[in-house]
Amino acid sequence: MPAVSFDKVSRHFGSVRAVDGVDLDIGEGEFFAMLGPSGSGKTTCLRLIAGFERPTAGDIRLFGDSVRDLPPYRRQVNTVFQDYALFPHLNVRDNVGYGLMIAGRPRAERDREVAAALEMVRLGGYGQRKPSELSGGQRQRVALARALVNRPRVLLLDEPLGALDLKLREQMQEELKSLQRQLGITFVFVTHDQGEALSMADRIAVFNEGRIQQVGTPEDVYFRPDVPFVADFVGSSNVLPAALVETLTGRRQPAAIRPERLRLGSGSGGALSAQVTGLSFLGLTTRVTLKAGDTRLTALLPQDAPRPAEGDTVSLEWAPSDLHLMRGSA
Amino acid sequence: MHSDRAPLGLKIAAAAGLAFLHLPILLIFVYAFTTEEKSYQWPPPGLTLKWFAVTWNRPDVWQALMLSLKVASVATLVAMVLGTLCAAAVSRSKFFGRETVSLLVILPIALPGVVTGIALRSAFSLADVPFSTWTIVLGHATFCVVIVYNNAVARFRRTSGSLIEASMDLGATYFQTLRFVILPNIATALVVGGMLAFALSFDEVIVTTFTSGQQQTLPIWMLEELVRPRQRPVTNVVAMVVVLVTLLPILGAYYLTRGTDTVAGQGK
Amino acid sequence: MSTAAHSAAGGPLARLSDALWRSPRLLLAILLGPPLLWLGVIYLGSLFALLLQSFFSIDHFTGMVVREFTLRTYAELFTPANFDIIVRTVTMAACVTLASAIIGFPIAYYAARYARGRWRAAFYLGIMMPLWSSYLVKVYAWKLILAKEGILNWALDGIHLQWVLDAYLSLPVVGGNSLSVSPTGTFIVFVYVWMPFMILPMQAALERVPVSMLEASGDLGAQPGQTFRHVLFPLALPGVVAGSIFTFSLTLGDYIIPQIIGTSRLFIGQAVYQHQGVAGNIPLAAAFAVVPILIMGLYLWGAKRMGAFNAL
Repeated sequence: MPAVSFDKVSRHFGSVRAVDGVDLDIGEGEFFAMLGPSGSGKTTCLRLIAGFERPTAGDIRLFGDSVRDLPPYRRQVNTVFQDYALFPHLNVRDNVGYGLMIAGRPRAERDREVAAALEMVRLGGYGQRKPSELSGGQRQRVALARALVNRPRVLLLDEPLGALDLKLREQMQEELKSLQRQLGITFVFVTHDQGEALSMADRIAVFNEGRIQQVGTPEDVYFRPDVPFVADFVGSSNVLPAALVETLTGRRQPAAIRPERLRLGSGSGGALSAQVTGLSFLGLTTRVTLKAGDTRLTALLPQDAPRPAEGDTVSLEWAPSDLHLMRGSA
Repeated sequence: MHSDRAPLGLKIAAAAGLAFLHLPILLIFVYAFTTEEKSYQWPPPGLTLKWFAVTWNRPDVWQALMLSLKVASVATLVAMVLGTLCAAAVSRSKFFGRETVSLLVILPIALPGVVTGIALRSAFSLADVPFSTWTIVLGHATFCVVIVYNNAVARFRRTSGSLIEASMDLGATYFQTLRFVILPNIATALVVGGMLAFALSFDEVIVTTFTSGQQQTLPIWMLEELVRPRQRPVTNVVAMVVVLVTLLPILGAYYLTRGTDTVAGQGK
Repeated sequence: MSTAAHSAAGGPLARLSDALWRSPRLLLAILLGPPLLWLGVIYLGSLFALLLQSFFSIDHFTGMVVREFTLRTYAELFTPANFDIIVRTVTMAACVTLASAIIGFPIAYYAARYARGRWRAAFYLGIMMPLWSSYLVKVYAWKLILAKEGILNWALDGIHLQWVLDAYLSLPVVGGNSLSVSPTGTFIVFVYVWMPFMILPMQAALERVPVSMLEASGDLGAQPGQTFRHVLFPLALPGVVAGSIFTFSLTLGDYIIPQIIGTSRLFIGQAVYQHQGVAGNIPLAAAFAVVPILIMGLYLWGAKRMGAFNAL
């Protein structure tokens, strides 16, 4: 039985279709990412699971039971908010113990659980501090402990690493992953950072304009995008429009090809001729931007490959298996 | 303009302006001690504490003071409830007519007091409502709502909206959230709004003249004395006491809001 | 495996909470209901009743209100005596507003631009305390100051300048027997009482003017006067307009200051008070009360177009 399932769920705000007919199953124990640009509907989906929004149409089930009529406080789901939403008037201990206090658990038991939860996020001894006295990373751990101490069956994380600096973010990625493995509960997290989604999630749903474009493992969405949007957003792949692909393969479908799979030759031996419009040195590789007719392309050349000059006309080559055909038009 | 020192002319003008604002009030403090009974003679021919005792034993002053305190307390309470509810609605959700609600709240102090006063009075007479303490309270609460509202709205805006969601996410119902999260977070703003509303109500005279009937609040008592002076030294003492009583909540409100974005004078 | 077994238990409050979550409109109605009932029904209802009464008239023989729609009462506003009252009040409001802006500007500018730390707090309280001090006490203080035996005449005597005041008081229009019964006296007290309401929004607007902008103007060769006229004043203007809403409206509707310090010539507020009270002519009082509403409506409309509300 899936932990979370969306059944033709829509959430409209007036004429804005924030979420539009989403079908989705998230398995028990999965580390699941919702990825998409801002305004794509991913956060609204998270809020629908938590109960902060109600679907305009369709139904959401948690472990098989419809939660259409259940307010947030009746769902075994807890959330780590993007701004952490720590209660400023309570210290760390009372923040973490808030859910247990509301549930009416006795003080001694509460203190024990809170201490264990703080220990788990390596903040033992911070109980008396006010949230304002903590760093960004520490606040995030408090938010995590505050959610997990209630033993939710699904943990929702809204851009959990968005406010942290790069180094801390990488460290927290590791910690979140190991925490999830250790607890074995379902994590659903929302992000706009494809790198984060690819490195952390078991599966990813890519959102655009209120709809899911593709659901799959990181390898699926990275190497085998279903639609041009996913190819571009997740993998920064080159997207060849259907008309162009038709001249190359005879099939009228858009196609994706990864920048590192493009080879540059001179003369006219290749499949496509293009003009070099820019070069940038990236260290291990050199990025070459190209223009073939109306189509802009990017190639990543290894350090030892011969480099063209700006303005050169080159021919582009690739192995047939690297050209990945997609559905839809582009 | 490169230096951070003010030009001398500006300094003098600012100082003169502030002196203009403060000296007349200070004068009241001197007059409260004068020995002169029949005129406003300056300088006072002598100083005495006698009038404090005389004022202390005046039942009419006590009555007026008690009525003012009662009216201000009840009006403040009503204004705190209405103003907070309104602020919560306006800052929590985007509904049709939000701007209209804000305007409606501000209207009772944006329009001249005489308009509010006569409007209420003619409504009372149309509806055959007899004048009483409650008609005074009704008028005062109407223009005090905006004071509480302004303070509460500013605080709600600074309080992250996700706090309420976080509380509900952690298992609290709306009412538990109200008790454990919302009230603790807006408490100081409410206290400040309440103090200012109290000061405003305690001092109000224009609307009150239209809604009070025969009863006298302290400002009405003072107005009578101003129009038809009976015992000037008593008026002097009362004036001084009134200044002190209204300043206490203002200073309290100031110290509570120091370093925050709420300006204690908003929208009086 | 029920997900509905979370902490929030039953009980009527929890069930009401569920209902509020299911219907956000119900929540909004509960929040907005009481204030809207109070302000919308009691206050707007009263204003509407007032407006309605202004379209009635009074039978001058019986003294009874005739409840028939007529514009006759409004026509009465334009009789010379009544129109004079309106013109006098509006002129006074305009003068008070102008004077408040001029006298208040240095204070607001100093507080916004130069006052730091402790001085800043002192300035703030220095403006707030007079603003919140009792209105009647402030008027009373001026009665003491302007009295014949009071401090002003004492001071003028002391420096032998009594003749200047006497010469001023002999002027037509602004003069009178003494300051406390002259239009000038009324004007001074109005400015005194309402000026803090002008300073605060001016200060708020001036605080938003970046110092670098004034320096840029100086760098570009502007004299301080030119900087004031072309940079500072336009930027402070929304604050001035916002403040003027208060000074103008408060002066328009006041009936106590001119009653205590001033001539026997009426202001709008006094006319309203007298017509509803002694004369029992509620329709005319209502019509008089509509005048400041109209003027303030126009004023607010204009101020809104200038963006003055952002400075409030």
